[in-house]
Amino acid sequence: MSFVVPKETYSGKVYEVSIGTDKVASFGGENMLPFLSFEGTAKNRPLIAFEIQDIPPDDWPDTVKKVYEGVSANPVEWAKYCQDKLGAKAIALRLLGTHPDRLDRSPDEAAKIASDVLAALNVPLIILGSNHVDKDAAVLCAVAMAVKDKNCIIGKAQEENHKTIAAAAMANNLKLIAMSNLDINLSKQLNILITQMGFDKEKLITDPMCSALGYGLDYTYSVMERIRLAALTQNDVTMQQPLLGDIGMYVWKVKETQALEADLPMLGALEDRAVAWEAVTATAFMIAGAELLIMRHPKAVEALEKLIDELM
Amino acid sequence: MALSGVEIFKMLPKTNCKKCGHPTCLAFAMKLAQRQISIDACPDVSAEAKKILGEASAPPIRPITFGVGDKAVKMGEETVLFRHDKKFLNPTVFALEIKDTASDDEINSKVEAVATSEIDRVGQKLRIDSILVENASKDAGRFEAVVKAIAAKGPEIPLILSTADPAAAEAAVKAVADKKPILYGANESNAEAMANIAKTYKVPLGVYAKGVDALAAFTEKIKGLGVDDMVIDSGARTAKEIIEDNTIIRRAATKKNFKPLGYPVINFVQRDNPMLETLMTALGITKYSSIIVISNVEKWKNLATFTLRQNIYTDPQVPMQVEQKIYKIGEPTPEAPFLITTNFSLTYFIVLGEVENSKVPCRLAVMDTGGLSVLTSWAAGKFTASKIAQFIKESGIENEISHRELIIPGYVAILSGSIEEKLPGWKVTVGPREANAIPVFLKGRA
Repeated sequence: MSFVVPKETYSGKVYEVSIGTDKVASFGGENMLPFLSFEGTAKNRPLIAFEIQDIPPDDWPDTVKKVYEGVSANPVEWAKYCQDKLGAKAIALRLLGTHPDRLDRSPDEAAKIASDVLAALNVPLIILGSNHVDKDAAVLCAVAMAVKDKNCIIGKAQEENHKTIAAAAMANNLKLIAMSNLDINLSKQLNILITQMGFDKEKLITDPMCSALGYGLDYTYSVMERIRLAALTQNDVTMQQPLLGDIGMYVWKVKETQALEADLPMLGALEDRAVAWEAVTATAFMIAGAELLIMRHPKAVEALEKLIDELM
Repeated sequence: MALSGVEIFKMLPKTNCKKCGHPTCLAFAMKLAQRQISIDACPDVSAEAKKILGEASAPPIRPITFGVGDKAVKMGEETVLFRHDKKFLNPTVFALEIKDTASDDEINSKVEAVATSEIDRVGQKLRIDSILVENASKDAGRFEAVVKAIAAKGPEIPLILSTADPAAAEAAVKAVADKKPILYGANESNAEAMANIAKTYKVPLGVYAKGVDALAAFTEKIKGLGVDDMVIDSGARTAKEIIEDNTIIRRAATKKNFKPLGYPVINFVQRDNPMLETLMTALGITKYSSIIVISNVEKWKNLATFTLRQNIYTDPQVPMQVEQKIYKIGEPTPEAPFLITTNFSLTYFIVLGEVENSKVPCRLAVMDTGGLSVLTSWAAGKFTASKIAQFIKESGIENEISHRELIIPGYVAILSGSIEEKLPGWKVTVGPREANAIPVFLKGRA
């Protein structure tokens, strides 16, 4: 039997998104399943953003908290440390202090912090709310005005607050993350709702909801694979947005990134284990289709970049 | 190529004799086309038709087993490219490489590490499945001695014997043939000799050819030499080569039913950097490796790769649930704490694990929420105050415990007042939001 390489011909492609104004970073744009360069063109590497917060990371596990000791009390210093010392290609600022259960920081205060961080950076900025649907709507509106025309990403718009947040992103010429709850149909529906408002489908990023290795990873993994297949094989324009894996916040709350080896010896060395947990989670989602990843530990990012070097 | 039901039907006796257990030959043909039954069920089919149908109806990736006894591992039989289409069947085998140039102490400690690698995670036993012995010394005597020593020290561990030298291969295979090792392997320059050894000792043969095209031709050659059981290596070593070759092989086998590539794939991912090796292993798990050869088995690394393998090989179409009932953890007295959660199996196993970690005996009420987690089931109206109250009342727990205090998950703190209203005489305590805070919470009460 003679062998013919079974190549797929894809009718669709993923939109390319470029962010930032000084050092511009791009992701997406591929017309094949992840890393299968024998049947398409990758155009860009997946982009990894370092996650920082507007408040000190008191509830982050020690393994990752200690990396940012001395800079994490001030979001501007923290952002610059990631960019200048760790080589971050993008920064994701989570405005956790705006949550009513945290500092209940006002939208204006949050907007000031976001513009201060942006002013200090050359690399692109992603600005995230605290995942409180009502508060995020108010906060992200103020933030959007403060970073108008700076080519940032803001998010996340969810079903309950997408009208306000998408309108703010549109009015201020920004990119937008749309998040739904681990279901390909919900994801599609939210993208449709947002684009029906007149929002440019090529400025949207889909977050199908992340999870951690061992804690629901299989769900996110398959939803991402199905979204990517729909984008490529069915040329579905509501599924062709780049996918976000918001890795760090899920990984750094599970037992495996915190438990001391002295307490649970079968889990092995804590630091390597915790870094591996974040890097393996990110690897799985990148192979499933994520083009934008938000991560916390520089060693996990470094390992993933090495793997990407080998994959490209 | 796969045959349709009608094509198969034409080759059957068409007597509708029902001896196969189906009402008609056409019904039987349809089952054959879907690979749900073997042609052997038809007693009257001609030998020629049986040969054609047997080949066409065989699984697109040949099942291969190596090792013997409880620890034997099965590979192959996969039928799809994506786990959302159908469950991935036979989980990736992890094989630790041991070079025969290592000192005896080093070899012993590596065998020991594999033999004791088993851990329990959410109800499944996970371990490093196998050892690959590498004939790095190029010395047949040393190779045989090391293989024997490893087999003696870890008698249950399935082995892969890696050498390109037929003399070394024969000596080593002969010594442990009863353990059904894989012999890896055959290449263009030793094919006949290696095929003969595999045939003589009835062991699967690992075959190597550089590139998928050459590999397909080479497996046909080996098959022609009388060896049916193979694991295949296209020479892919970098991440890019592995994802591309493995995808091409899996597609050719499952979508085109291309038999020369319908075998389990072996990948080598050893790296000096253990974190990178961990990610290479992750790549192999997600993208179709049947065997991944690794260079170290640190506990942290095992835990991460075992967990990913477990996640990728779960059945995506069966909601994971556990039975609704009140579970005893440890040996709880009537005064012991009483907690409630939902019956999503992940939720249950995580809460169970953390209660066990606390070493505080408890009763855990697991409520049927259709396999949804705490927050999701609350949002879906399946974990509400009235449903919880009804479950508690009907469970009979009031006869088992001496107190009337219920600990609820922190995420549904909002329910505490309404549960107390609906369960007169009960006090509701709000527990932690995340399971990992349970040990501190429970110990703090003691």
